[in-house]
Amino acid sequence: MLAQQLVSGIVIGGVYALIALGLTLVYGVLRILHVAHAAVYATGAYVGLTTYQRTGSLWLALLAAALFCGAFGVLIHRFVYGPLLNQPRIVPLIASIGLFIFFQDFLRLVFGPYAQSFPARVPFGLLDLGAAVLPGRQVFILVTTLVLLAAAWYVVNRTRLGLAWQAVAQDAEMALAMGVPVPRAVAVNFLFGSALAAVAGILVGIHYNSVYPAMGEMPAYKMLAVVVLGGLGSIPGTVVAAFLLGLVETLLVGYVGFVLPRDAIAFVALILMLLVKPEGLFGKGGA
Amino acid sequence: MSIPAYYITMAIITGIYTILALSLNIITGFAGQPNMGHAAFFGIGAYTLAILTTRYEVAYWLAALAAAVAAGAVGSLLGLISLRVREDFLAITTIGINFVVVSVFLYHPFFGQAFGIGNIPMPSVLGQALGRSGLLVVVVLTVVAVVWISRRVEGSWFGLALESLREDEEAAEAVGIDTRRFKVLAFALGTALAGFAGALYASFMSFISPGDFTFPLSITILCMAVVGGLGTIRGPVVGAIVLSLLPEVFRFVMDYRLLVYGGLLVLMMRLQPSGLLGRGSFLMRCGERWRMGRRRSAAVS
Repeated sequence: MLAQQLVSGIVIGGVYALIALGLTLVYGVLRILHVAHAAVYATGAYVGLTTYQRTGSLWLALLAAALFCGAFGVLIHRFVYGPLLNQPRIVPLIASIGLFIFFQDFLRLVFGPYAQSFPARVPFGLLDLGAAVLPGRQVFILVTTLVLLAAAWYVVNRTRLGLAWQAVAQDAEMALAMGVPVPRAVAVNFLFGSALAAVAGILVGIHYNSVYPAMGEMPAYKMLAVVVLGGLGSIPGTVVAAFLLGLVETLLVGYVGFVLPRDAIAFVALILMLLVKPEGLFGKGGA
Repeated sequence: MSIPAYYITMAIITGIYTILALSLNIITGFAGQPNMGHAAFFGIGAYTLAILTTRYEVAYWLAALAAAVAAGAVGSLLGLISLRVREDFLAITTIGINFVVVSVFLYHPFFGQAFGIGNIPMPSVLGQALGRSGLLVVVVLTVVAVVWISRRVEGSWFGLALESLREDEEAAEAVGIDTRRFKVLAFALGTALAGFAGALYASFMSFISPGDFTFPLSITILCMAVVGGLGTIRGPVVGAIVLSLLPEVFRFVMDYRLLVYGGLLVLMMRLQPSGLLGRGSFLMRCGERWRMGRRRSAAVS
């Protein structure tokens, strides 16, 4: 029982990590809380589902969603965030929330308000670990998540692109002066983060076997909590916080029968954390 | 009175939204502190009144006062948090408070869970329970009072301190303004007013449930204040009136309400971040030019 709960907590935590990673990347380079990231995530799920229904290929669905949402993210940056960077911080935040509400309603109008099932055939069978049994779908989700997280780690830490992001995050003007192509680095950052969110959308759709317009609602704000818990802008902190949250939620809800609803746990943890250690798990100080 | 019931309902709702937008304006407009969970305080006020009047038979106005005090007390706590947690972090915290408060209403038996609380009485004057038109009078009087309070705040030392806090917190501290005290005060005042609005809302609906106070309402209130112009008094008033009546006047807007609100927020932020009637906005500049032109032509003739 406990092992089963642990495994399912890890699966959920991994998906949280994928979504939150895009947010952290964006916050790192632009200092914007990208609430509309969740709209990108829901759009990814729909693009993936539509592609899957048409072609029957899960790989094609993942690819199409990643490309479409990558472009979507770049457009959001180009037309909404870019021009607002010199405004007070609350301005891009409100714009982001507006954008999220807009696209969520847009999805509802295009695809209808009802949940659609995502009956994906995955290339994995049942995995028996002895203490816990993982259905093929969960194996698929876990494997995809881990591969993408590893890829993200590689890009951020071992490539010139990741180095450019880190330079922009530390001091954008200085980075520009040192010859880092800042606008391009930021655009690719959005592309990359949004593509991850799109894949996460598909994975969540498969996990719960349902895709619906409001599916971005909870992640939109819960992932902000994860990002803050991990220390805004800290990539390892975010991943750790995401896995922790997935585990704590699953264990508290499934094992202890906690009094609070699942979705409030993240915020209670967040408020406690901000009061005790405002810089987050892995933050570098200065809230 | 022969005003159709529909107009009275619309006027009451618009009035309550106006109070909410103005009370948020004290926190976010005057003091410049993000608050994306204003609906939580509205809800705390509504639930306080509902529980006190239906279960403990507390007199109406005492319960309404308690509603304002309860919301203001939780708001002061948020104010204390805002001393440690700034800007983006504070915005997320306020969102979190909204979710936590709603889930407490939803899951704790004391608050009636998903069933909500019903049979909430109307306000009474001289032992006589008011009707809907009577409630409308109370709401209008409250709006006038909140406008008056906002004006007083704006013109006082308190208002100046808040403005300095908004523009440059460190500079304000450097010239000896006790920013901590003023921040907490702004949160306390704004949330207490929202709590009182919640009490009026609970009476008006006579039945409340957790779904009435969720995060989208916070965004709606914010949207009203922002579209009108944060930091002014005319802005939130006009924003609240326009955005509450818009879905009624244009029926088609009703089905696309979130689409319209979301789109409006993005467009406003992109084109006119200070709001339609904010300082230095397009409309205000036009008004200024028109007045200047009139003065000049008067001088010529």
